[in-house]
Amino acid sequence: METSLEINKTGVGGMTQPTSLESRIEVLEARLNELEQQLPEDRITLVVFSGDLDRVLAAFIIATGALAMGEKVSMFFTFWGLNALRKQRILDGKNLPEKMMSMMTPANTGQMGVSKMNFLGMGAKMLRLMMKEKNVETFEGLIELAEGLGATLYSCAMSREVMGISPAELREGTEEAGVAGMLADALRSKSTFFI
Amino acid sequence: MDTNAIAADQTLDVTGLMCPMPLVKARQAIIQMEVGKILKVLATDRGSVKDFQGWAKTARDVELVEQTQDESGNKTVFVHYVKRVK
Repeated sequence: METSLEINKTGVGGMTQPTSLESRIEVLEARLNELEQQLPEDRITLVVFSGDLDRVLAAFIIATGALAMGEKVSMFFTFWGLNALRKQRILDGKNLPEKMMSMMTPANTGQMGVSKMNFLGMGAKMLRLMMKEKNVETFEGLIELAEGLGATLYSCAMSREVMGISPAELREGTEEAGVAGMLADALRSKSTFFI
Repeated sequence: MDTNAIAADQTLDVTGLMCPMPLVKARQAIIQMEVGKILKVLATDRGSVKDFQGWAKTARDVELVEQTQDESGNKTVFVHYVKRVK
């Protein structure tokens, strides 16, 4: 025996569906638009916290690899990671703790150490030598490459201020951002890396 | 598949280079090529086999036509045929 079923007149989200086909399409299009806005882009975000040569090297290999795959790349450098963006040491205008911090951190990427077995920089020199022997692109070459392929490099303004690093000490083309700037990119990325 | 049947429009030699350079160079070469054209990439980096598969799987503008390896020299050469589709 046939029993009539109650027809659900409400759409998803409890919205009453308009009866005419045209207005229903209009509603669908609006919802589709809204959904599309929430989809991740072909993008990855990297937060570089570490200032160790080997770790930052990994960050730039991931970045250049992603760029080669056609992804957009945002890189945010914070705390020790800012060392990877440094091109020079300026002591003028710094107070004593800032000067001390500046003297104890690398003035440029050439002075960066490795996370294990650094032995006052010998470890880093050895890693660079071994990379060269195996024909791996140099660390500085990878930074240039990432920039050339379109990666956006951001320095975290807050940690830069805390550590007393002036913008003039960082490489040209570095943009400044805060946590919301990083999150805005992370939220529209398919993957986010914290290194 | 008979690889001689694949007519590559351009050949890129990245032998000796290591990750991520084979991929970066291949990308730089293929974006200069027209849609439908095939790039033949010669690499010695063992990781490039999975790398090229991952690239083709992720990117919408390339397709991996074929991968072969050539053992005739003293170093294995991995050959990747990449087609620009978009």
